[in-house]
Amino acid sequence: MSTLAVERIKLTSTRSPWWCTGLALTAVVGIAALYAGLADGDVPMDVSSTQIGNALGMMIMMVMAALAVTTEYRFGTIRATFLAVPSRTRALVAKTTVVAVVTGLVGLAAAFLSWGTGALIRPSVDLGLRTAADWRMVAGAGLTYLFAAIFALGIGILVRQSAAAVSILLVWPLLLEQLVQLIPNVGRDIQDWLPFTAANRFLTMTESVPEIPYGPWGALAYFAAVSLAVLVVGLLVAQRRDA
Amino acid sequence: MIEASDLTKRYGPTVAVDDLSFVVKPGRVTGFLGPNGAGKSTTMRMILGLDRPTGGQVLIDGRRYGELEHPLRTVGALLDARWAHPNRSARSHLRWLARSNQLPRSRVDEVLDLVGLSSVADKRAGGFSLGMSQRLGIAGALLGDPQVLLFDEPVNGLDPEGILWIRQLMQGLAAEGRTVLVSSHLLSEMALTASDLVVIGRGRLIAQASTAEFVDAAAGQSILVRSPRSDRLSVLLTANGASVVADPGDGPPALLVTGVTAEQIGDTAAANGIALHELSPRRGSLEEAFMQITGDDVEYASGSGNGRHRNENNPVGATS
Repeated sequence: MSTLAVERIKLTSTRSPWWCTGLALTAVVGIAALYAGLADGDVPMDVSSTQIGNALGMMIMMVMAALAVTTEYRFGTIRATFLAVPSRTRALVAKTTVVAVVTGLVGLAAAFLSWGTGALIRPSVDLGLRTAADWRMVAGAGLTYLFAAIFALGIGILVRQSAAAVSILLVWPLLLEQLVQLIPNVGRDIQDWLPFTAANRFLTMTESVPEIPYGPWGALAYFAAVSLAVLVVGLLVAQRRDA
Repeated sequence: MIEASDLTKRYGPTVAVDDLSFVVKPGRVTGFLGPNGAGKSTTMRMILGLDRPTGGQVLIDGRRYGELEHPLRTVGALLDARWAHPNRSARSHLRWLARSNQLPRSRVDEVLDLVGLSSVADKRAGGFSLGMSQRLGIAGALLGDPQVLLFDEPVNGLDPEGILWIRQLMQGLAAEGRTVLVSSHLLSEMALTASDLVVIGRGRLIAQASTAEFVDAAAGQSILVRSPRSDRLSVLLTANGASVVADPGDGPPALLVTGVTAEQIGDTAAANGIALHELSPRRGSLEEAFMQITGDDVEYASGSGNGRHRNENNPVGATS
């Protein structure tokens, strides 16, 4: 338990995690408010349109998560950490737990705040959460944020440098996963197995589609598995190399 | 007590630490001495489990660092004063360290007071001067009241006041019965601080001895002799197997004698009715000793070079 407390103290005693969290919440809610404010009769408005800023918020929180570990390498505090807690796996798992839970809660807050903002700005539109898919679309953001943070921490532990980690985390979902679907013939098949595509499908799939090899919860399980795999590789590498 | 046995660290073809064995005893300050690049920091990182030895092992009170339950309570280390997040306050920095080893929060205030940082405890560490950062690092090392302390080049870049403070702190810690290992390439500093020395060059042990022994042995213990009949005395001493040269110093003409003791010189002079005006053993400086012994082991020697050859008659003898 003390290692969790250590990571909580570390995360809350510098300002950048607070800034990232504030920025993520503002961006997600702001985009929802903008959409709701601008949407009129021609643009249909539903639960999903309050959630369009979610992907951006997740990106920002992934950067926060990666920086939580890369700044430790940058400033040498990772060595102080390993001196205090010689089991590197224990120290890094504690950090991952704290950062991932915080990120998940931010995702949950961002999703419900933007849903509420949409309902407030457009009271005439019915934004009730009735179906399981509606609930998954809003509450599910907590889970995608959580596993995205684990993915980001795994990358951060592996590459150790802020710039490199942030580049990977932005290029992968925004560019790589978008370009793959342009590959002729196999592009679509590969796309099914890209982690962030799966995470997005978990949120947005309304029902099982025959062309997609998994249902919404299968999509989340796949995203979680990839994220945990990246983390485990990171932990194994950190255990072996010189700090 | 720190015991290193056959410690080796390779980075690809480069050997940073080569089959190094030494013992650091409690109750005294042990200087870890060597030119830059000799492998001092790498060795300290291996002691602390940060770097993985390629071969051999190092034990602290019989256990590897990774096996210690609450390591900060056994070992305190200052390897780099800048190992603190610049945007975190000194107090928060110590607070997470204390929490990790289940030390009471009151201990944070105690060590802040001890190193004299209480008034700036809530300021961000990034704004600290080097001297203040060094004090924060030392506060972290002392947090768990450990019996073993490691300091890597602790006086680098400090002003005279800071150097004096650290020197007295280390000697105080040793006087309390703790094991203190302090690395430095500053020989004069070690002469004042350390009572034992572990000397390395190119990752290999050159000597483990007390500071006095190291200097005596390395400087060859010459004796300064002044006499109105120095020519005659010189002949007599040379006949007894001593080597005699004229003192190159600025003082009045004198002889520098090696190979015999001061007692033998005095007896010889008395037996031959020769008056002596001065008879004084000269201790070499630690610098001279160090240059003589490690001369060939400087990793980045300037100028062109003599090939790699070890000192033929290593005066102290590597103990292992």
